[in-house]
Amino acid sequence: MPDGMNVDYDGLIPNNVDLNADARVKKALETWHPGYIDWWKDMGPEGFQEALVYLRTAVSVDPKGWAKFDYVRMPEYKWGILLAPRVEGRLIGFGAHKGEPAWQDIPGEYRGMLRRLMVIQGDTEPASVEQQRHLGKTAPSLYDMRNLFQVNVEEGRHLWAMVYLLQKYMGRDGREEAEELLRRRSGDADSPRMLGAFNEQTPDWVSFFMFTFFTDRDGKMQLEALAQSGFDPLSRTCRFMLTEEAHHMFVGETGVQRIIERSCEAMRAAGIDDPTDTDRVRALGVIDLPTLQRKMNLHFSLTLDLFGSEVSTNAANAYNAGLKGRYREDKLEDDHRLIDSTYPVLRCKDGAIIRDESVPALSALNMRLRDDYVTDCQGGVNRWNKVIERAGIPFRLTLPHVAFNRRIGEFAAIEADPEGRVLDAGAWAANRDRWLPTADDNLYVTGLMKPVDAAGAYASWIAAPKVGIDNKPGHFEYVKLWS
Amino acid sequence: MSGSVALKQHLIDPEICIRCNTCEATCPIDAITHDDNNYVVDPGKCNACMDCVSPCPTGAIDNWFQVNAAFSLDEQFSWQELPPRPAEAAAEVDALDEEAAALIAGAHGHARARAPASASKPRINLFSRAQPALAKVTGNIRVTKSGTSSDVHHIILDFGAIPFPVLEGQSIGIVPPGTDANGRPHAMRLYSVCSARDGERPNTNNLALTVKRVAEPRADGTLFHGLASNYLCNLGLGDTVPVIGPFGATFLMPDDPDADILMICTGTGAAPFRGFTERRRRLAGHGRGRLHLFFGARTPEELPYFGPLQKVPPAVLARELVFSRIPGAPREYVQDRMRARAAELAPLLRRPATHIYVCGLKGLEAGADAALAEIAGPDWPALREAMRAEGRFHVETY
Repeated sequence: MPDGMNVDYDGLIPNNVDLNADARVKKALETWHPGYIDWWKDMGPEGFQEALVYLRTAVSVDPKGWAKFDYVRMPEYKWGILLAPRVEGRLIGFGAHKGEPAWQDIPGEYRGMLRRLMVIQGDTEPASVEQQRHLGKTAPSLYDMRNLFQVNVEEGRHLWAMVYLLQKYMGRDGREEAEELLRRRSGDADSPRMLGAFNEQTPDWVSFFMFTFFTDRDGKMQLEALAQSGFDPLSRTCRFMLTEEAHHMFVGETGVQRIIERSCEAMRAAGIDDPTDTDRVRALGVIDLPTLQRKMNLHFSLTLDLFGSEVSTNAANAYNAGLKGRYREDKLEDDHRLIDSTYPVLRCKDGAIIRDESVPALSALNMRLRDDYVTDCQGGVNRWNKVIERAGIPFRLTLPHVAFNRRIGEFAAIEADPEGRVLDAGAWAANRDRWLPTADDNLYVTGLMKPVDAAGAYASWIAAPKVGIDNKPGHFEYVKLWS
Repeated sequence: MSGSVALKQHLIDPEICIRCNTCEATCPIDAITHDDNNYVVDPGKCNACMDCVSPCPTGAIDNWFQVNAAFSLDEQFSWQELPPRPAEAAAEVDALDEEAAALIAGAHGHARARAPASASKPRINLFSRAQPALAKVTGNIRVTKSGTSSDVHHIILDFGAIPFPVLEGQSIGIVPPGTDANGRPHAMRLYSVCSARDGERPNTNNLALTVKRVAEPRADGTLFHGLASNYLCNLGLGDTVPVIGPFGATFLMPDDPDADILMICTGTGAAPFRGFTERRRRLAGHGRGRLHLFFGARTPEELPYFGPLQKVPPAVLARELVFSRIPGAPREYVQDRMRARAAELAPLLRRPATHIYVCGLKGLEAGADAALAEIAGPDWPALREAMRAEGRFHVETY
C-alpha cells in the first residue's frame, strides 16, 4: 500500500499526512480551526447550518473507498487534509530543474513565489462560498440545494488544503497568511478577495451555474497546472483537489443544460419557433436562450481576466522554477523547458487585434493556459448546443471572442464585440445590452428565483436531472430542512 | 475479449458524462481513453476493479450492459447516447462475479429484488478470487453461551490500509484454504457483514461477521463439519484472511432516518440486522424511524448477541426475542410472536416508509409470510409485491 493512503479520522482534523507526528503543525491547525468554524458560520450558507444535507465526504485517497455519502449538518462536515498518494521517485517535469527529484521541502529561493501561488489559490476557495451564501434560500429544488452545499463544503476543504501547506512550509508568514484568508471578504470595500471575479455577486442560480461552469473551470486549469509542480506536497494536494473540482464542473454544466432542456421543451410545447421571441418565451416561466447567451458572455469574459496578462514574466518565472507547469504538462511532448520556442499570442496593437507569433513560449504561459481553457469550455458549449439542436430550435450558443468585455490584459484598453471586432466607445455603449445581461434580464431572472423545497419537485425554469446523486431516485430528500 | 460470450460490458453514458477526465486519470490499467467526442472503456482491458466508479462526479461511469458481443471502442466513440439498455440491466447488479452472483440469487429466491430507494449506493466487486483483500483477524469470540450446541462466533476482520467499503446488509466472499477431492480450489461462501458501514467502532477500517460453526449429525451417525465455518471459527488473532467482494446491491438498509424497519430473523440471520441496529444507534436522534426486531432462537443462551442486544435503547430498537426450547414453556416461534403483536404491526405495514427484511434459514420465509398475510389481510400479496417493487421488502435465506 503506497504511503499516505490511510486517513486518520480520530483527531479533530482528519488527515493522511500523519499530523500526529508533527506537533507544531497540528497545534497551528488546531489553533486556526475555531476561526475557520466561525468563518463558516458567519459566511457559509445562510439559514441552513442546521439542515441535514446528503453530502459526499472524502474518506480516503484510494479510489476504492474515497467517497462516503451521508446526511451531515454542514458545520459538522469533516474537513480534512488529503493529499494524493506519493509517487516514489517522482521527478520535476519541466523548467530549469527538469529531471531533478521533486522537492519534498520548500526550496528556499522559491519560497516567496510559492507562497504567492498558494495564497492566491487559497483566497478563491472561501471567496466563492461567500459569494454563494444566499443562494440556498432560492434553490430550485432540494437536489440543487444539495449540490450547492456540496460545492460549498468542498471549497471549504480546498481552503484547508492550502492552509495546511502554508502552515506546514511557510512558518510565521504562513500562519499570518492563513489568518488573512479568513479575514478578507468577497466584495468587501476595505478587505476584498484578491481576484476580481471573486468579488462579483452571484445573485441568482443562473449565475451560480455559469460561475461553476466558467469560473470553477479556471480553478480546474490552475489546479491542473499546479498539480505538475516540482514541489511535491503542492502537486499531491492539487491532484486530490481536482477529483473534487470535477463535481463543481458537473454542477455547472448540467445546471445550464437542464435550464436549456426546460426552455426548449416549453417552447416546443407552446409552438414557439422563434427563440428570440423573448416575451412569449418568458410568459412560459422559463429562461429565454438569448438571456442565457448574455449571461454566458458575462461569466466567460470575467473568468478570462483571471488568467492574468497574456504575456507575463511571473508565469515564466514560476515555470522556469518548476513550480507551476502547463495544463497536463506530463502529457505534452516537447523539451519542457521552452527556452527557445515561441507561442502565438493575440495582442492589441494600435487599437487592432493581431496575432503575434514571436512571443517567447515561456512568457506566453498564461495565454496558453487560457487557450486550453477556451477549448475545454467549448466542449461543454457543444454539448449544450446538442440539446437545442435535438429540440429542433434554430439557436446556437457561442463563446464570445476573447477580446470581448475584458478588464485585464491585452484587451483591457479596447472594446470589442463578441465576434472580436474592435468598437469605439459609442458603438459599444449602443450595443452593450445586446451582449451582456441587462437590468431587465436580471429582473426577470431574479423574479423566477422562488424556492422549491418539496422532495422531487423542480422550479418551472429547470428540468429534473437524468440521474440522482449517489444513484438516488427522483423523490429523494437531499436536504432535510426540518431538523 | 471474445465476441460471442455473454459479458457485462462497462460503458460510460455520453449524455451524462462531462468529460472531466477523472476516470481516465484514476484507472490503474489505462482501460479508459477519449477522443474529442467521448470517454470510453476498452472492453479488452477493463477488469471491473471499480476504481473509477466512486470518483466519477456524474454517475455516467456506472453502466454495465449484458451483451453478447462487446461494443468496440470506435462504436463507443461515435455515440451521442447509450444504445437501448438491455431489459435485465434495469435492476441493480448484486455482483459482477458469477460465483457470488449465483449465491446471492439463491439466497434471494425467485423474485427480482430492488434496493430501498434511499439506500446508499453500494460498492461491489472490488476484490476478486485472484486479487483478494488481505484482512487480519483482530477479534474472534463466541457469542452464544458455552455448553450449548450452537457455537456462533463474532469475527472481526481488519483491513489496515486497504479500503474495503461495505454497507450494512452486504456480504463478503470467503474461500476456505486448500483444495477439494478433485484438487480444485473450494467454492466461495458468502457471509453477511454484521457491523456498520463505518466499522466495528466508528471510523475503524474493519468489519465483523457472525458465523455459526456447522457440525451436523448425519444419518450414518457421523458428524458433518462445515469447511468454511470451521475455518473461520478456528482463526486466531493476527491470522490473515483473503476476502472477496463486497457483494450485494439490494438487501440494504434505507438511509432515510424516518423509515421504520421490520427485521425478522433466526440464528445467524441476525447478522445484517446487527449492522442495521449499529448504524441507527450511531445516528440516534437524527430521525423518527424505529427498528422492530423479531429474533428467534431455541434458548436465550443460544441467541447470538443476547447480552449486547439488551443495551440498545428502546427509542432505537423495539425487540421481540422469541424462544422455542425453554424448558417448561410452550414452544414459541417468530411468527407466533408476530401474530401476538398484530395490533402494532398492522398499521406499521401500511406506512409508506416501512421496510421489511427476512433473514435466516429457508423455512423462515414461509412462516413469516403466513404471519404477515394474517396481519395485513387479504391484500397482503399485492402489498408485498408493491413493497418489493419499491425496494421495501427483502428476503435472504440459506
